[in-house]
Amino acid sequence: MPRPLAFDKFRDVQSELGRSGSAIFRDAQGSENLVIRDPYAIEYIHSYAEDSPFFLGLAEGKLLGSRCTSGSCGFRYATPRSNCMVCGEPTDWFELPKSGRVHSWTTCHFGSEAFLSETPYNLALVEFDKVGSLLLGRLKDCTEPEIYVGMPVVARFTDRPKYRITDVWFVPDQTHR
Amino acid sequence: MSATASSPERRPESRRDPESPHASTGRKVYLVTGGVTKFAKAHPGMDFRLMVKKAYDYALKDTPNLTRDRIDGSRISYFSDHFSRQLKAASMVQDYLGLNPKGSVRIEWGGATGGECFQAAYEAVASGRMDVCLAAGYETMSRVATWKGNEFIALASDTNFDFPLGGFYTGYYALMVVRHIYEYLRRGKFAGITDEREAQRRAIAEGQRIMSWVSVKNHLNALYNPYAQYPKRLTVEDVLASEMISYPLTREQICTMSDGAAVAVLCDESRAREFTDHPVRVTGVGCGTDTMRLADRPFGKVPRFPHETENDYAGLSYPGVHSFRAGRAAGLEAYRMAGIVNPIKELDFVELHDAYASSEIQTYEDLGLCRYGEGYDFTLSGAPFLKGLDYGLEVPKAGTIPVNPSGGLIACGHPVGATGLMQAVFALWQLQGTVDKHFGDGTLQIAGAKRGAIHSHAGTGSSVTVSILERGF
Repeated sequence: MPRPLAFDKFRDVQSELGRSGSAIFRDAQGSENLVIRDPYAIEYIHSYAEDSPFFLGLAEGKLLGSRCTSGSCGFRYATPRSNCMVCGEPTDWFELPKSGRVHSWTTCHFGSEAFLSETPYNLALVEFDKVGSLLLGRLKDCTEPEIYVGMPVVARFTDRPKYRITDVWFVPDQTHR
Repeated sequence: MSATASSPERRPESRRDPESPHASTGRKVYLVTGGVTKFAKAHPGMDFRLMVKKAYDYALKDTPNLTRDRIDGSRISYFSDHFSRQLKAASMVQDYLGLNPKGSVRIEWGGATGGECFQAAYEAVASGRMDVCLAAGYETMSRVATWKGNEFIALASDTNFDFPLGGFYTGYYALMVVRHIYEYLRRGKFAGITDEREAQRRAIAEGQRIMSWVSVKNHLNALYNPYAQYPKRLTVEDVLASEMISYPLTREQICTMSDGAAVAVLCDESRAREFTDHPVRVTGVGCGTDTMRLADRPFGKVPRFPHETENDYAGLSYPGVHSFRAGRAAGLEAYRMAGIVNPIKELDFVELHDAYASSEIQTYEDLGLCRYGEGYDFTLSGAPFLKGLDYGLEVPKAGTIPVNPSGGLIACGHPVGATGLMQAVFALWQLQGTVDKHFGDGTLQIAGAKRGAIHSHAGTGSSVTVSILERGF
């Protein structure tokens, strides 16, 4: 029976695995180590549970934040938190403004495997008036040299919702130019 | 931002009576030996069990009186079941080391897994549950391609809100440092520039330049550390010219994935004296946490160290996304327990979690090595550099408080479950004065080092540990 091909460099082993599914790595001491491909795929059944209204809201073109129901607290979050982080009381939903400002940002030139094909993409933490926390989203229709902290942005929503956080993104708010 | 009006102002609550800081800390705990496998991109000739075994054998060989039968049990750490694709892998380590049927448990806490494992072993001894506890950690990140590995790491961010946007830790840390630069450089030395965009561009360029100093330092230190994965001499220009990964962070400002293992043995005082003439005492442990989502971080007040004043931070919204409140909380707890009032004067070195050059600078501030906002100038002063090494940079204050004398994560590598334990082992050797013996080169030995801190950090600062180690002989 033919043996798998042997290599001295691990990156050669990795590329061979793509072709044949097995290879031998020969280390500096001459030991041979058999390496195989071992695929693994899973589909999860995932519930958004108490955060569901947020994602249903995106499909209706709304950004829903959480507002603490305690009169003495009343903290307003730009993300869903069904109980208040500050005082522990339950929250209810309120609609966030669609316009905000860039609190911080980056352009990702690489990413996880799942997102590599989308690079480069921008991420922005967005701040809203009278809201105590931020919202993270993609920032589109602009490139690295144009983006700055404090830049006015406005939310855009997909008309074909996938019920993911990517159903909303931000673009520069032209009304401020 | 307008957010501050309704923001929470909370300070970490002390779990101890401030008049009696050692009241509930239990027995004295000592670190007596350790071992590290050389971190590498891949170790296809060793699985995780054998990597741990090699580090463990090294540790036991260094303390002949400490034989396997003296070990009462273990705490074993690895970060990701995805990388391992083997649940209960820690049981296989325990099994392979021949430690059954002694007690053991697996520790996982994101990037701080190793630091948390160290503290779990500390607790086992401090509580009296064990007299001798092995802390062992590893990670085998080479089992998937680099970008799939980045995906696994990003699963340690909120998978409903953060991961689907691009799932990339370098991106998250880039978001944090852009704001850090805005707070402290744009509003600092570039405050006079009225064109907002121009001011921010120049501030970011300056931030990138200073972060490159950290990269130069850590890679150069690693030239004298045979365990390091990426020792090299770099210039600031080399670092800036390396590939842009997530603006403004370049490849040389970011640690890589590694295979590796590390172990440390902790024990009570009488056994410490029996096992070694050079024990190191763990005099402080601290752990802090923060929100999983960066977006939820509060805008409040800075929890202060004794040497800081309220006036130092007038008008600063904290932590926002620019600083690691968990690191500050961990430092407060550990320093209080160790009786440290002014860390820069009372520590001889720090091994901290520089997964990114940016987070090293942010951590200088969290740990009180300088005040918030001073991290960039602190770097340029040379204070965190080792004395007597030629970095190709002007470092007049080198030797003030060497940070990552080993080369840190950026140059040593970051096999997550091993990293925090690697720091403990390097700190042990510094305090024992045995760097020359273990590295085969004494260049990195800090003469007369008596007290050091190790710092392990997870998930955009969602959990951080700080431990204080002191010469116990």
